Amino acid sequence: MLLPGALVTFLLILFALGLVLFLAFRGNDGSLLGVGLTVGNFVTVATDPLYWTVTLRSLVIAGLVTLATVVTAYPVAYYLAFHAGRRRGLLLFLVTLPFWTSYLLRVFAWKIVLAYNGVLNSALIESGIWSEPTLAFLNTPAAVVVTLAHAYAPFAILPIYVALDTIPKSLLEAASDLGARPFTAFRRVVLPNSMPGVLAAALVVFVPTVGDYVTPAMVGGPASTMIGTLIQSQFGKANDWPFGAALSVCVMLVILVVVLVARGADRRFGSRT
Amino acid sequence: MKAEQADTKRDGSWLGLYVLAYLVFLYLPVLLIPLFSFNDSIQAAFPLQGLTLQWYQTLYGNPALSGALLNSLVIAVIAASGATLCGITVSYMDLYGRSPLAATISAIARLPILIPGVIVGISLLILVNLIGLGPSRVAIVLGHILVALPTTVVVMRSRFAAIPRTVREAALDLGASDWTTFRRVMLPLSLPAVLSAFMLAFLISFDEFIVVFFLAGTEPTLPLYIWSQLRFPRSLPTVMALGTVILAVSFIIAGTAEILRHRGLGAARRNPA
Repeated sequence: MLLPGALVTFLLILFALGLVLFLAFRGNDGSLLGVGLTVGNFVTVATDPLYWTVTLRSLVIAGLVTLATVVTAYPVAYYLAFHAGRRRGLLLFLVTLPFWTSYLLRVFAWKIVLAYNGVLNSALIESGIWSEPTLAFLNTPAAVVVTLAHAYAPFAILPIYVALDTIPKSLLEAASDLGARPFTAFRRVVLPNSMPGVLAAALVVFVPTVGDYVTPAMVGGPASTMIGTLIQSQFGKANDWPFGAALSVCVMLVILVVVLVARGADRRFGSRT
Repeated sequence: MKAEQADTKRDGSWLGLYVLAYLVFLYLPVLLIPLFSFNDSIQAAFPLQGLTLQWYQTLYGNPALSGALLNSLVIAVIAASGATLCGITVSYMDLYGRSPLAATISAIARLPILIPGVIVGISLLILVNLIGLGPSRVAIVLGHILVALPTTVVVMRSRFAAIPRTVREAALDLGASDWTTFRRVMLPLSLPAVLSAFMLAFLISFDEFIVVFFLAGTEPTLPLYIWSQLRFPRSLPTVMALGTVILAVSFIIAGTAEILRHRGLGAARRNPA
């Protein structure tokens, strides 16, 4: 019975990732697996300021998206866990539903909203608030952040809700019996206990965001090129697969660091309770 | 005590308003797509022009579109079957197989959550080129099995874990072999979850864009077709009509999967351990 799972996990996941790692240390001669053994690709990544700028920008944008998504999702998850009552099932379904619809269409929807001739501009002019359409919405890093925060909202709500839902209600009663005011109880009891959920949420938002190239291409403009776009172009226009593989390895290293930091934080909060 | 109750009620209603606003943020941009799909203008902007069905008419008799749709459907059915099969076996062996290998495979199977789509895409691109397959429908199927695998594993794992262990033990005590127990007892008990996992995997495959971008040969899937149309302003209204149809179908499938999942959980609750 293990066969299909073993085949998929070992061949498609481990072997394919191993290939990327291997290719990252090869020179580009136009052939499939490159030539020789070299660290030249990594030297280029480390020394060319372009890659530093783009990497840093990807981290900042993905970080902002993660922060915005988690902070706005937390109250929703809190309401679901403590106040929703009988409406819980329905609300849970409603917040996760958009996740099951096309990501491409959701990004496209934001393009319609933010465009020069778009919904937001035309609505502002129709209602007499502004007299001229503005270029300030589309093709900005802010547009990327809003669009991605919208696209990954369900990813953040679910894990936080699960974490909040497992907090025993008796802990809250104990806190209030011991004289903690609601805000103190939240800060000292609820928040630390929900940290595993918050960290899980941050991770599942951060990972796909940092490598995304669809949203930057559609609503970000040239000022928000992210590392995913560079990787994609190495495997397309630039046709330098080994270098693209090296960039991918760097992204995976960054994610590994983030995962380890999240794990460490998780353990710290875990030991606290 | 009374004051406290009033307190939680008050924050409940503030939070309720917040959740409502959040749902508006979540749905408003998405609902613009159906709204403008009936608008008699190429420009997606207010004020709305007349009501028209012409964009829906252009969907009919479009061979490129129906080809992409058929391609997407075939790929989604095969990929969802593969991912569901792997999800069932991997999670079942993880929970009941008691071998370290099964636990390892299960952990690796959930790994793709921590790999950005662009890297999944390029690693499979290298792999399929290496084994001589090249970008093709088979390559897309492999990619989509990988992307859907974490979801099917998680859905099946929680369902198997919810079946009381005594049920399986009783079957084994009555002389059923492992395989018979799986086929005659465990699988029928988790059938709603199997259907739910299949539908979710189907939706993931049907909507997936980031990975498919690298693996598609000459026959595009629906998201790739949409992506290619987004470049032409004249075809945007048609994309919105198409998007409306996709949204409606996705909502229906996700709703059905949700109902099935609930039915499964309900059945588990009716048979307490």
